[in-house]
Amino acid sequence: MSARAAGGAAFAEALRDAGVAGLITLGLAAPMLGLVTVTKPEGLKLDPHWPRVAVAVAIVFVGRLILNLTIWKPGRPPKTLVKPKLEARLSKLAKLLAPAAILFAIALPFLPGVERYAVDLGILVLTYVMLGWGLNIVVGLAGLLDLGYVAFYAVGAYSYALLAQHFGLGFWACLPLAGILAAFWGVLLGFPVLRLRGDYLAIVTLAFGEIIRLVLLNWYWVTGGPNGITGIPRPSFFGLEFKAGPDGFAATFGLPFSGLHRIIFLYYLILALALITNYVVIRLRRLPIGRAWEALREDEIACRSLGINTVNTKLTAFALGAMFAGFAGSFFATRQGFISPESFVFMESALILAIVVLGGMGSQFGVAVAALVMIGGFELFREFKDYRLIVFGAVMVLIMVWRPRGLVSTRSPTVFLKEKKAISGSLVQEGQG
Amino acid sequence: MEYFAQQLINGVTLGSIYGLIAIGYTMVYGIVGMINFAHGDVFMVGGFLALIAWLALTAMGVTAVPVALALVLVLAMAFTALYGWTVERLAYRPLRGSFRLAPLISAIGMSILLQNAVQVAQGPRVKPLPPVVPGNFFQSEGAGGFVVAISNVQVIIVATTLVLMVAFSLLVAKTPLGRAQRACEQDRKMASLLGIDVDRTISLTFVMGAALASVAGLMYLLYYGVVDFYIGFVAGVKAFTAAVLGGIGSLPGAMIGGLLIGLIETFWSAYFSAEYKDVAAFSILIVVLIFMPSGLLGRPEVEKV
Amino acid sequence: MSRGHPDAPTLPDDVLLRVERLTMRFGGLVAVNAVSFDVRRGEITALIGPNGAGKTTVFNCITGFYKPTVGRLTLNRGDQSFLLERLRDHEISRRAGIARTFQNIRLFGGMTVLENLLVAQHAPLMKASGMTVLGVLRFPGFAKAERAAIEKAKGWLERIGLIDRADDPAADLPYGDQRRLEIARAMCTDPVVLCLDEPAAGLNPSESADLNALLRSIRAEDGVAVLLIEHDMSVVMEISDHVVVLDYGRLICDGTPALVREDPKVIAAYLGVDDEEVEQVEREIEERAS
Ligand SMILES: Nc1ncnc2c1ncn2[C@@H]1O[C@H](COP(=O)(O)OP(=O)(O)O)[C@@H](O)[C@H]1O
Ligand SMILES: [Mg+2]
Repeated sequence: MSARAAGGAAFAEALRDAGVAGLITLGLAAPMLGLVTVTKPEGLKLDPHWPRVAVAVAIVFVGRLILNLTIWKPGRPPKTLVKPKLEARLSKLAKLLAPAAILFAIALPFLPGVERYAVDLGILVLTYVMLGWGLNIVVGLAGLLDLGYVAFYAVGAYSYALLAQHFGLGFWACLPLAGILAAFWGVLLGFPVLRLRGDYLAIVTLAFGEIIRLVLLNWYWVTGGPNGITGIPRPSFFGLEFKAGPDGFAATFGLPFSGLHRIIFLYYLILALALITNYVVIRLRRLPIGRAWEALREDEIACRSLGINTVNTKLTAFALGAMFAGFAGSFFATRQGFISPESFVFMESALILAIVVLGGMGSQFGVAVAALVMIGGFELFREFKDYRLIVFGAVMVLIMVWRPRGLVSTRSPTVFLKEKKAISGSLVQEGQG
Repeated sequence: MEYFAQQLINGVTLGSIYGLIAIGYTMVYGIVGMINFAHGDVFMVGGFLALIAWLALTAMGVTAVPVALALVLVLAMAFTALYGWTVERLAYRPLRGSFRLAPLISAIGMSILLQNAVQVAQGPRVKPLPPVVPGNFFQSEGAGGFVVAISNVQVIIVATTLVLMVAFSLLVAKTPLGRAQRACEQDRKMASLLGIDVDRTISLTFVMGAALASVAGLMYLLYYGVVDFYIGFVAGVKAFTAAVLGGIGSLPGAMIGGLLIGLIETFWSAYFSAEYKDVAAFSILIVVLIFMPSGLLGRPEVEKV
Repeated sequence: MSRGHPDAPTLPDDVLLRVERLTMRFGGLVAVNAVSFDVRRGEITALIGPNGAGKTTVFNCITGFYKPTVGRLTLNRGDQSFLLERLRDHEISRRAGIARTFQNIRLFGGMTVLENLLVAQHAPLMKASGMTVLGVLRFPGFAKAERAAIEKAKGWLERIGLIDRADDPAADLPYGDQRRLEIARAMCTDPVVLCLDEPAAGLNPSESADLNALLRSIRAEDGVAVLLIEHDMSVVMEISDHVVVLDYGRLICDGTPALVREDPKVIAAYLGVDDEEVEQVEREIEERAS
């Protein structure tokens, strides 16, 4: 067969494939995009929108055709998406980038051109970084699938709000209390359910998250129900409040009053909390408990044969993960000054879990990058409103298809004799729970 | 007593809808071992497609209710099945045999995508539909003047569910497709060595699950008279709860779990408080799993050492 | 230190582990039926029998993975005695000092060889880390304990010849090395009895010889008793001091290798199983006899 004939056959095949994809798109889009339900005075009616369908079909057809003729060309080399060498270089890069990123984060509020919006965005991203790092203990290290992490975030937030409201406690007194209470709830939930395996644990934690949210929503006289709790005290700078008066923060330090002071303070507060979380998690990994978590993720039965109390070990992971969520929750409450159950929906749990998995389970750096990309990216495209959520969902799917083990997929050993070698993700087990 | 009977009827109706969705979860879990998180949204898409089909048929002058309903059922099943197929093809197949959490995250992404795509395409408002099948099938007045009624819609829902349940049980028990499904469930690699087209079998499982979810969507539409882009999440979570409660992987288990969740929810709302009905359903799930870790009808997992 | 069970029977000094009337039922199947035997201090005891005879089940009962249906399992640590059926699985390793390996190797494949050996020293390290709190705060006591743990691990790695692979993931090791690593990992828990489930399965002759040497040195140098499930008769005959034979869950013979070898019931048990094994046993008997 001549090369031209082969090329022709390949082109025909590409065309056929794109045609099928276009037809499927037609089937998907024709009713959903083409016929729009609208409420008219005489009742619900359909408005045709055929051009949208045509556009969708055209995009899929042309896009698929181009892909078929370029990167999906038949006979292309088998796809090892990321080569091991590149992988190793990435993890080396992470080691250099991490301190740089921390320095950048510290300098951010004072960089030229940084406005209030950027600092606010930084606070948001850092909150998710901290939550991701906290959940990383449970999912990444211990291999326990927790779909209700946001419940502990809620416990932290409501603990602070209620303690402040009823007992007049300040933020600094409440911060540890919120963490302890969240950890307590973690133990309370964990104790009966941690013997469950795999997806059962996932669904039970999901159910628990929903229960907490529904109780917050319906227990009016304590939680204010859907209206939530308002007037939560803002944090003070070690007793100095951020206000315009003579005993405020600005006046004490001889600065002109600015609303930005509080924002910057909040920014450093969450940065510090996140870095503490990071430090603790990194430390924990190198301690026997952390090694036991990872061993548990690898093989629970072997752990038991080595004298590791698996229930306590899992419980510790659960409680510590919950504790960091509790800290983050009380930060959230003091930052917003207002909380309601709406902030603690399942979507939040899913988002935090996605950050951990997309980042590469167990990798602190990967989690931070994932939080930055997901939350930062999401916020940057604010104008696109609902479309950005569509893209957000699609990006989650695409990243998983592209790198099922997340951005940083290698595991770094916690101890070494001669040389620290990154362990390929394909050898690392993902845990039963 | 009448009140109790009425709640029982309502609970069974609601349970049928949950059961239909739960089957999709259970079949997919059985065969690929993953929680298809987007299934709740496929149910929502099914509800919308049923609504669109109904409106389109009325606009085209098909006014005989039984004919229209039958057509809506077929159309909704067909188009939703296409959605189910596409979701599997795009979000799950590339991840087959990979890291266990990857398909879960990809499923959550798919769920966000579907929810918001429908919201953008169809608008965020709740879509109300006036009762399509009015009237009661059965009505009786009790001593206290309380009326027990079984509406025609309820009869349609329960009857359709029963018929579909029987049909699908036969399909799985008797046909080559069902045999292929069970073989893949046991050992996918072996099944493929024995000449079973695993990809096709898995695709068909998603197609079947989606078709049943669309029936549930239609039933939901008929029963409540509304759909919106958000119904998928809550219904999906409860249906998954039902599947786990009944013993994941088991078709009768899914149906029984669905009925239980429907009944718990209805009775709790009737006798205690409607606000806490979901709390009750979830609490019972947790309690059942603690004491019967593989659900009511699931095979107990043997720990091999 | 934990105290033993006061109501445990007093065993003779040389008996380390006594299994009495051990029965394990799975539904209708009696996998182990009223089996009694002793494991003596400083000996290698072999547990043999055809496939499905219930050997692994005996191990699982001893190491706490199954709760025996009937039976008493007493471990004598000299100053204290334990009733194993009352201990939970992780306590059996920690308190009674019984370590085990698995028929299908269970290493932590994604962790390095060294890390595997450190996980095995979880209990003492956990204590040194002040139940984690002091460790997070970088108290010096923990660093010292960890250095000691690494030294111990290095010692074992040298003994099994894997010191050069300490920083490699365990899953990357060849099969024979994985077997030996699993034994070293079990030894790092400081056991008094080491239970090995078919350690020679799948090894080539030279690896098998290395294994024999390792087991002998464990018996001699570490003074640890070994309970060994083994199919390879040459290994059994060569290194064991005492052989227990199971067939269909019942104990059919218990004695020295020489005694067991001659026992007609044992020969019949293997004869009744499958031809390959029969031939192997017959060949072995001939070899010994000549
Ligand atoms: N968890 C279990 N559940 C049911 N049957 C089991 C279980 N574990 C072992 N068995 C059965 O017990 C018998 C003995 O098995 P096993 O102890 O593994 O034999 P061996 O190790 O001597 O080859 C076998 O018939 C096996 O199928
Ligand atoms: Mg065995």
